[in-house]
Amino acid sequence: MSRLKILTEHINKPEITGIEGYIKNGGYRSLEKALKKMQPDEVTEEVKKSGLRGRGGAGFPTGMKWSFIFKGSDKPRYLLCNADESEPGTFKDRLLMEKIPHLLIEGMIASSFALGVRTAYIYIRGEYMYILHILQQAIDEAYAKGYLGENILGTSYSLDLHVHPGGGAYICGEETALIESLEGKRGNPRIKPPFPAVEGLWGCPTIVNNVETICKVPFIINEGGEAYAKIGIGASTGTKLISACGNINKPGVYEIELGVPVEEFIYSDEYCGGIKGGKQLKALVPGGSSVPILPQRLITTTAKGEPRLMSYESLADGGFATGSMLGSGGFIVFDEDQCVVRNTWNFSRFYHHESCGQCSPCREGTGWMEKILHRLEHGHGRMEDIDLLWDVQRKIEGNTICPFGDAAAWPVAAAIRHFRDEFEWHVLQPQEATRRNYGMGRSAEPVTA
Amino acid sequence: MIETKNITFSPERLAQVQTLLKRYPEGKQKSAILPILHLAQKDFGWISVEVMDYVAGLLDIQHIEVYEVATFYTMFHVHPVGKNVLEVCRTGPCMLVGSDNIVKYLEQKLNIQDGETTPDGMFTIKTVECLGACGYAPMMQVGEKYHEFLTEEKIDQLLEAFRQNATQL
Repeated sequence: MSRLKILTEHINKPEITGIEGYIKNGGYRSLEKALKKMQPDEVTEEVKKSGLRGRGGAGFPTGMKWSFIFKGSDKPRYLLCNADESEPGTFKDRLLMEKIPHLLIEGMIASSFALGVRTAYIYIRGEYMYILHILQQAIDEAYAKGYLGENILGTSYSLDLHVHPGGGAYICGEETALIESLEGKRGNPRIKPPFPAVEGLWGCPTIVNNVETICKVPFIINEGGEAYAKIGIGASTGTKLISACGNINKPGVYEIELGVPVEEFIYSDEYCGGIKGGKQLKALVPGGSSVPILPQRLITTTAKGEPRLMSYESLADGGFATGSMLGSGGFIVFDEDQCVVRNTWNFSRFYHHESCGQCSPCREGTGWMEKILHRLEHGHGRMEDIDLLWDVQRKIEGNTICPFGDAAAWPVAAAIRHFRDEFEWHVLQPQEATRRNYGMGRSAEPVTA
Repeated sequence: MIETKNITFSPERLAQVQTLLKRYPEGKQKSAILPILHLAQKDFGWISVEVMDYVAGLLDIQHIEVYEVATFYTMFHVHPVGKNVLEVCRTGPCMLVGSDNIVKYLEQKLNIQDGETTPDGMFTIKTVECLGACGYAPMMQVGEKYHEFLTEEKIDQLLEAFRQNATQL
C-alpha cells in the first residue's frame, strides 16, 4: 500500500529546494486559490474543518487558535512560526526547512492571509544557522517571484516575511518566551492571560504556530479541510512527522498517517526497522523528552490490552498512570542495555540547564532533581531519595508560569512510576550499579491491572 | 585566544546591520539584538563586555539590556574560546548511542576537559544540550556545521582537517 505523504512526497528530489523545482512539483498552488478565490475567514474555516492540531507538542486545534486572534483593534497582527525545535528527540522541522523550505513559506503566506497579517517572522533556533541561510535564500526567491512583498499575485494582499535566529535556549519554544526573545529580551515566559492572540508581539495580536503545522496549510487549502480530516484516525486527523531515534535500526524522520500501530512503527522495515542488534525493547519516550516514559509492557498495547496506536488519543490512553503523549513526535527508543536512572538524570540535567529561572519551583526544583538523580546514578543514593524525588517533581508540576515545569516533572514521575525497582536497585547495589545496567526488570512483566 | 580590541564592524557588516534593523517596526530595533550578537561573535570570536557595549551603542539601548541577553542565551561565548569550538551534544538521545564516549575521546585526544581550550588556542570542548540531530547521533557542531554519526575515526579526521585549514570547516 502506498502511504499518503502530505509533506514529504517530493522531499528526496534535489530540485525541490529551489523555487522552480518547487513550483514544478505543484508548489505555491494554494496561493492562487486562497488569495484570489477565498475570503480570509474561509481559509480559517477550512483549517477548522481539517481538524489540524498543533504539531509542536501541545496538539491544540489550529483553526480554533486562529479564530482567537483579536480583530477589534487597528493594531497590526503578527504570525510567528516556531522553528525553535529543541525538544530532545525532535528533529523533524529541520528536515522540512532544509529540504523543502518553500513549503513553509507558502504555508506562512496562506496562513498570514487568513489571519490578516502583514508582517510575519520565522523564529529559528540559532544552532540551525545553516538552515536560516537556506530559508533566507528561499524567501529572497519568493520575493523575486512576487509571492512576497506588495500586491501578491496581483491581489491587494501584501506580506513581508523575515527569518530571525534564536540564541540557544530551549525555553524559547514556549510561545510567550519566543515572543519575548523576538522582542530582544531574555526568554522569560509571560503570565497568561492576556494570551498572545490578544496581546503578543509588541503588544499586538499574535499567533504562534509550529513549522509542521504551517506546512500542512497548503494541502488543506488545495484539497479542502474535509479531505484532510478523512486522513488519520478519529480526532487525530492527517499525517504527522515522527523523528525516530535511540536504539533502532533506521533512525530518521517518517511521515505517518496517524493511527499506525506503535508495534508496526517500531518493527516494520518501512519505519524504525526494529531494535538495533536484535536486542529487546525496554522503554519508549514517544513524544519528546517531556512526555512520560513507557515500560515495555505498555508500549505496543495499552493497559486495556488494545493495540497502542500512533495517535494523540491512543498514546495518551490510560492517562499518566499507564499512558503517555504524542507530543512533538520525538520518538526515543531504549533497548535492554539502557539505564532508566541514568537517562532520567540526563534529562533532569537538561531541564536544570534550560530553566529560565523565573519561577522558584522550577529554578530550584530542577536543580534538586538533577542533584538527587546524580547521586542515585553514581552510587550515593539513599532509599528515601526516591520519595524525595517524587515529592520535588510533584511540587513543580502545575506551579509555574509556563508548561516547562510540567515538562521537567513528568519524565521524572513516569520513570519512578514504572521503573521504581531499578531506582531501588541503584540504592541497594550501588557498586553493582556503577559496573553494569539493571536490564529489563519489571518493565517486561505483563500488565496486571 | 582572540584579543578583543578594535571592536568595530566593517562597513559591510554595518550595512548588514542596517538591513536587519529594517525588519522590525520603528522603535523596536532592540529586536535585532540576537542576529547582531551572532554577527559579532563571528567577527570578534567571543562576546566580551566591550562587544556588548558596542552592540548596545548600535541599537541605542542600555548596556544592561545587552548584558542580560548575551548571558542568557548559551550560544554566546562570554569568555574567550579557541578557534574551533567543538560543541558536543550530551542530551539523552545522543547519550543512548555513545556521546559520553565521544566527549571522553575528545578530552583524551586534546588533553583538555570539557569547557577548556587547548594551549595553542585551536580547540575548545563545550558540551551542549540537544541540537536537534538525535537521529544522526552522536554529533557535534563546529561553527555553523553539524558533524553527525561521530566515531573516533571520524573525529581524528575532523581534528586533522581543522588543524590543516586552521579555520572552521
